[in-house]
Amino acid sequence: MNMTILTILLAFMVVSAALCVMVRNLLKAAIALALTSAILTVVMFMLDAPLAAVFELSVCAGLVTVVFVSAISMTKPHSREEIAAKVKERLKRFIYLPFILLALLVVMLVVLWPCMDFSQVMKAGGAGAKVQEVLWNNRQTDILGQIVIILTGVFGIVVLFKERETK
Amino acid sequence: MSLLPGMFIISAVLLVAAGVYCLLATRNLIRILIALEILTKSVTLLLIGAGYISGNMGTAQAFAITLIIIEVVVVAVAAGIVLGAFRHNDTLDTRKLNNLKG
Amino acid sequence: MPVLFIFIPLLAVVVLNLPVKNFGKKMAFGVGVITTLVQIALSLAAGGATWQQADSAIKVRLVANLSVDFFSAVVLFTIGLVALVSLIVHRCSSGDDGFNLINLMLLIMMGMDGVCMVTDLFSLYVFMEVTAVASFILIALYKRKEGLEGAFKYFMLSAVATVMMLAAIAFIFMMTGDTGFEAVRLYLAGLKGVYPFQVILAFILFTAGLSVKSGLVPFHGWVPDAYSSAPNSVSVLLAGVVTKVAGVYILMRLFRDVFKDISMIGNTLVVLGLISIVIGALAAIGQNDFKRMLAYSSISQVGYIILGLGTGSPLGFAGALLHFFNHAIFKSLLFVNSTAVEMQTGTRDMRRLGGLASKMPFTGGTSVIGFLSTAGIPPLSGFWSKLLIIIAVWRVSVVSAFIALLASVLTLAYFLLLQRKVFFGKTVPEVENVGESNGGIIGAELLLSAVTLVMGLLFPFVLLFMQAKGVI
Repeated sequence: MNMTILTILLAFMVVSAALCVMVRNLLKAAIALALTSAILTVVMFMLDAPLAAVFELSVCAGLVTVVFVSAISMTKPHSREEIAAKVKERLKRFIYLPFILLALLVVMLVVLWPCMDFSQVMKAGGAGAKVQEVLWNNRQTDILGQIVIILTGVFGIVVLFKERETK
Repeated sequence: MSLLPGMFIISAVLLVAAGVYCLLATRNLIRILIALEILTKSVTLLLIGAGYISGNMGTAQAFAITLIIIEVVVVAVAAGIVLGAFRHNDTLDTRKLNNLKG
Repeated sequence: MPVLFIFIPLLAVVVLNLPVKNFGKKMAFGVGVITTLVQIALSLAAGGATWQQADSAIKVRLVANLSVDFFSAVVLFTIGLVALVSLIVHRCSSGDDGFNLINLMLLIMMGMDGVCMVTDLFSLYVFMEVTAVASFILIALYKRKEGLEGAFKYFMLSAVATVMMLAAIAFIFMMTGDTGFEAVRLYLAGLKGVYPFQVILAFILFTAGLSVKSGLVPFHGWVPDAYSSAPNSVSVLLAGVVTKVAGVYILMRLFRDVFKDISMIGNTLVVLGLISIVIGALAAIGQNDFKRMLAYSSISQVGYIILGLGTGSPLGFAGALLHFFNHAIFKSLLFVNSTAVEMQTGTRDMRRLGGLASKMPFTGGTSVIGFLSTAGIPPLSGFWSKLLIIIAVWRVSVVSAFIALLASVLTLAYFLLLQRKVFFGKTVPEVENVGESNGGIIGAELLLSAVTLVMGLLFPFVLLFMQAKGVI
């Protein structure tokens, strides 16, 4: 029961990512990306990773989508002709994706499945540590790195998003 | 349970394939960003899956949280660069980004 | 105690951003210089007696899993030196106060210091991303057209490389449950040569991802664009340390400490190194833009470092480490020269330049030292490190050593021709009115060429020193 639900969810995730690649409108692609994040959140909940799931939902399906939508709205093309010309030429290139994905799936199931051997994976003793303990006791270097990268991001946004004073 | 690890790897590979296809076949700068985000989703899935298979969910969650924070900063900076390029060229076409020759 | 390398620049950034009126803008350059000098001093003291005493005295509560050994100390010293030169170049070549640039430079120093000191694969990824994000912003800092384009191309390839490295880390995590260097090394040693498919996949992904980050052929597409379109002081920093720390250093650290004695990786590295040497040298010949030519030459020199690393022998590693340091010094020197030329003549196009040495004696003289060191001429430092690498490769494969030697001769021939045309030779009418660059730039050039000369002339002492530290 657990496994079939998981399989269906993973399949949905791949389908929604393929949709995200194939839709013509940029805004719809951003929404499909948010949908992919949401499905990943559910998968993470089922795999007993609630904290990461919450982060994924609020940050990726929320903040990143906002960033994309604002970037898309700030970069709209100016004239109708440009929009129409773009739409016409893209469909041809992107139509191949589902076939490629299906072919890849078949190849992997047939050729690689027997090769995959998970017997040597080491299982952690017991239930493993709780994420809060791990994050604060063992991974303090990562937290330091996160602080530094957030500072860098702040400077980057200040530098890059400022309007130029003279054109 | 025995089928599950293979499933993670297969879905991660399919997601990577979708992302790489989008990256190669697009001429729009923002779509490149979307493709890179799909690649990041696939790697997040792989990390969580790897944690589940080896039983270390605590560490895997810590990895995933750090990864998500870093990725949002990267996407914000990349969107800034794309905006700057748009303001210069007035278009999001990658074929216009060919000033540096050689 | 190693955590000080990260805390001191962090403190500097906080100090610069205090909400005191205009305090940050005035003090930025001074604070930046002081931070780099402190880093140079600390890295020189690492491992000595004072270090141990201070280590036991300062019990930092943060359990940060950072460690500094001889290899890291050399790289930390290089980072400090090149950052100092970059700050001086910025101050002397650009009119603005550089507040954003200096803050970003401090942040990128934090990232690179973190990369040098971590003992865990995932933390390596975290600090590598810090360095990458800071370098995108630095390249695009002035928001000129070329800068944004170079930054975007670098970003695209860097993001793909990051995904590959993360996938490799995930596979290794799947097998070992822990990503520390020691744990992975013990696990790999315990496998005794029979690798499950996850581990082989992890090797391939690591090598591919790190080759993109180091700028090895065939993944070098972003290097010329990023180096030539960045602002001048940023180019000095990029070519001198950022690419090398974020890519080559990680390869060296992983190959030496984690993937010990795995010959399939070593052979791949030797092949990649050879291809980069040859193609980098050939591509540099057809360039007209000074900075682009220097970028291709960097690709070639990084190939030498990877070649020495791939042999797997201590001699090869020592040669690679030395070439790492030497290349940082002489490539930065050449980029400072190109900054001086651009400042004074307004162009980087080499077809329009000629006979500059009579007008700019210091720049001309130091560029001679830089070019000769790149080509590997005794008694400059480049010669010794290339010699060590070629000897180490000779023991593994004579053909490879020949190819490396030939490429070196090719580089020499081309650089001599270039020298003759741009600096010596007839003075083109366009450059009649140029004068020498201003004092700071001359100072930086002289400092770097002095280091090159000293390393070259005192090389036997350097070898003895490294032997004492147990590297060879």
